[in-house]
Amino acid sequence: MESMIHGVEGFMYPNEIELQWSILIVLYPYITGLVAGAFILASLERVFNVEAVKPTYRLALLTALAFLLVAPLPLQLHLGHPERAFEMFLTPHTTSAMAMFGFVYLWYLMAVLVLEIWLDYRKDIVLMARGSTGRMRQLYRAMALWSDNLSERSLEIDDKVGRFITLVGVPSAFLLHGYVGFIFGSIKANPWWSTPVMPVVFLFSAMVSGIALVMLVYMVACVFRGTVIDMRCLDTIARYLLYTFIIDFALEMLDLIHRIYESDESFKTLDFMVHTQLYFPHIIVQIVLGTILPIGLLGLVQLMSLSEHQRKGFYATAGVLTLIGIFAMRWNVVIGGQLFSKSFLGYTTYKLDFATREGLLPAIIILILPFIILWVLVKLLPPWTQQEPAA
Amino acid sequence: MGTNRREFLKSTGKFVLLTSAAALAWDFLEAGTPEAAPNYKLQEHWWAFAVDIEKCIGCGNCVRACKTENNVPLEPYFFRTWVERYHVPKGDIEHPEVDSPNGGYDGFPARYQPGDGSKNFFVPKLCNHCSHSPCTQVCPVGATFESPDGAVLVDKTYCLGCRYCVQACPYGCRFIDPRTMTVDKCSLCYHRITKGLTTACCESCPTGARMLGDLKNPKDPMHEFLRIHKILVLKPQMATGAKLYYNGLDGSVR
Repeated sequence: MESMIHGVEGFMYPNEIELQWSILIVLYPYITGLVAGAFILASLERVFNVEAVKPTYRLALLTALAFLLVAPLPLQLHLGHPERAFEMFLTPHTTSAMAMFGFVYLWYLMAVLVLEIWLDYRKDIVLMARGSTGRMRQLYRAMALWSDNLSERSLEIDDKVGRFITLVGVPSAFLLHGYVGFIFGSIKANPWWSTPVMPVVFLFSAMVSGIALVMLVYMVACVFRGTVIDMRCLDTIARYLLYTFIIDFALEMLDLIHRIYESDESFKTLDFMVHTQLYFPHIIVQIVLGTILPIGLLGLVQLMSLSEHQRKGFYATAGVLTLIGIFAMRWNVVIGGQLFSKSFLGYTTYKLDFATREGLLPAIIILILPFIILWVLVKLLPPWTQQEPAA
Repeated sequence: MGTNRREFLKSTGKFVLLTSAAALAWDFLEAGTPEAAPNYKLQEHWWAFAVDIEKCIGCGNCVRACKTENNVPLEPYFFRTWVERYHVPKGDIEHPEVDSPNGGYDGFPARYQPGDGSKNFFVPKLCNHCSHSPCTQVCPVGATFESPDGAVLVDKTYCLGCRYCVQACPYGCRFIDPRTMTVDKCSLCYHRITKGLTTACCESCPTGARMLGDLKNPKDPMHEFLRIHKILVLKPQMATGAKLYYNGLDGSVR
C-alpha cells in the first residue's frame, strides 16, 4: 500500500513516522561499551593477576576515562531540554532505568575510575610534582591533593585500596553496561528490543569492543613512540578478545535462533526488515564483516603458527573490523528498533542529516573527542613509565 | 473561633519546625496534587474512554476538534487522536490494509468499492490512559504521571524531551511537540473535564461513537455500555491496564 508520506512503506501510526532516537543515541551505548570493556581488560591484570597484559593496564584505564568523560555528551545534545537534565539527579523517578544512568555514571566515574587511576598514579604524580617547575608543578601538586607523602606505609595503603576499588569496579563496569542494555531490553512495546538477553549481549559486546579498542590504541601508541610491541601482551589480549567474542556471538545467535523458532507476532515484520533495510548494516556489516571475519582471523592465529609481523596484521585488521561491527550492532539495535511500526504493518526510514544538532558531524566530533582527551591524559599521566617491553 | 488547641499546636509546630515556605509546601504534599478546578476532587473520579467502532463514520470531526482545542501542530505526524481506516479483504484478519491520511483530519477519500467481499471500518485512536502505563514507568523525572483520577498527564515545564516515553508507548500515542521540544499526548481534555465538560472529540462526534466515562460515578452511562457490549482493549497482551474500551474491535486491529 502506498503512503502519503515520503519514506514510509505500508502503515505506521501517524506519530511513529519521525524517528525519536538518532545517531547520537547510537553513540551512547557504543561509547559506554568501550568504557566498560576497557576497564574490564584493565581489571584482568589487577584482580585476576594476568601479568601478560600489564603493559596496557594504565593505558586501558586512561582510555576508559577519556571515553567515559564523553559518554553523557550525545545524550545531552539529544535532549529537548538539556538545561533540565540535572533534574534527573534532584528528582529521579525510581522506576525509570534512564533515571538511574546518572547515578551509575557518577558512581563509576568518581568512585571507581578516577579513584583507581589516582591511587595507581599517586606516586608518579608526586614524583612529577617534585621534578617539574612553574605551572606544571602547581598542576601536579593539585592533582596529588597537595600531598607529598611517599612513605612505604602510604604506598602500601594506595595499593590495598586500589585493589579493593578494582574489585568493586568489575561489578560496577558490568552494571554500567548491563544497565544500558536494560534501557532497551525492558521496553515491552518494542519487540526488536524487548528481550532479557539484551543486557547480557550488551555487556559482552561492550567487552569485545573495549578490548579491541585498547589493543588498537596500544599498537598505534607503540608505532608513534617507536617502541617495540610486547607480543606476549598483544597475543594475550587477542586471545581474550577471541574468547569474549565467541561468547558474544553465541548469545546473539541464541537470541536470533530463538526469535526465528518462536516466530511470534512481530517476526514477519522484523524478518522483512532484516532482509531489506537492515540487510547491509545487520547481515553484511555486523554479522559477516564485524563478527565472523574477526573471529575467523583471531581463530586462525590460534590454529596456525604465524610470524610476529603477520600476527600484528591479523590483530590490527580484526580490531578495526570489531570496532566497526560493534558500532553496526548499536546502530541496528537503536535505529533498527525504530524503523518498523508497532502495528507491524509498515516501515519508515531514517534520514541522517549532516551539520544539524543530531547529524553526522556532531557524531563524528563526539567520536574524535575521546581520542583528544586520551592524548592529553597520556601526556599528563604517561602510562608507560614503569617498565618498557624488552626490545 | 475555629481554632482549637490541637490545631493551634499543629500549625505552630509546623511553623516552628519548618520555615513558612516549607510549611506551605508540606500542606501541598499532604493535600496531594493541587486541584485543577475549585470543586473538582481528584479522588472522586476514575476516567475511562469508550469507542463504538460500529458508530464511527470516519468524518474526522474528532481529529479536527482535538487539534483546535488543544493547539496540536497541524503537520501530519503529530496527533493526540487520529482515525485509522481498516480494509480486511476476504476475512483475512492477518493482513488488513490500513491507512490514516493526515490522521483522518481531512476525512477519508473514497477508496474501496462496496460489495467487494471485504470488511471495512474506522478505528479512532487516542491515549489509552493506562493504569499500569509503560510510558510513565520509564520517565526519568516523573514529568509524565498517572493522576489519581485515572488520567495520564504530562508536566511540560518538567519534561526533558528525552523521548523514552514515546518509545515505551505500545500504541503510538505520544509525540514531541516541535515548538516546545517536550512530549505531548491526549490529556482527555483535562482542562474541560475538570470543569464538568466532556472532551472536544466527544463533543464534536456526530454519531456518539466516542464516550468519556467516569467509572467512580455509579450513574455514568459508561457502566451500561461496558456491560451490554463485547468489550476489548488494544493489544491486551501488553497488560498496560488500558482504559480505552472498544465495542466491535476486529481481530485485525493492532
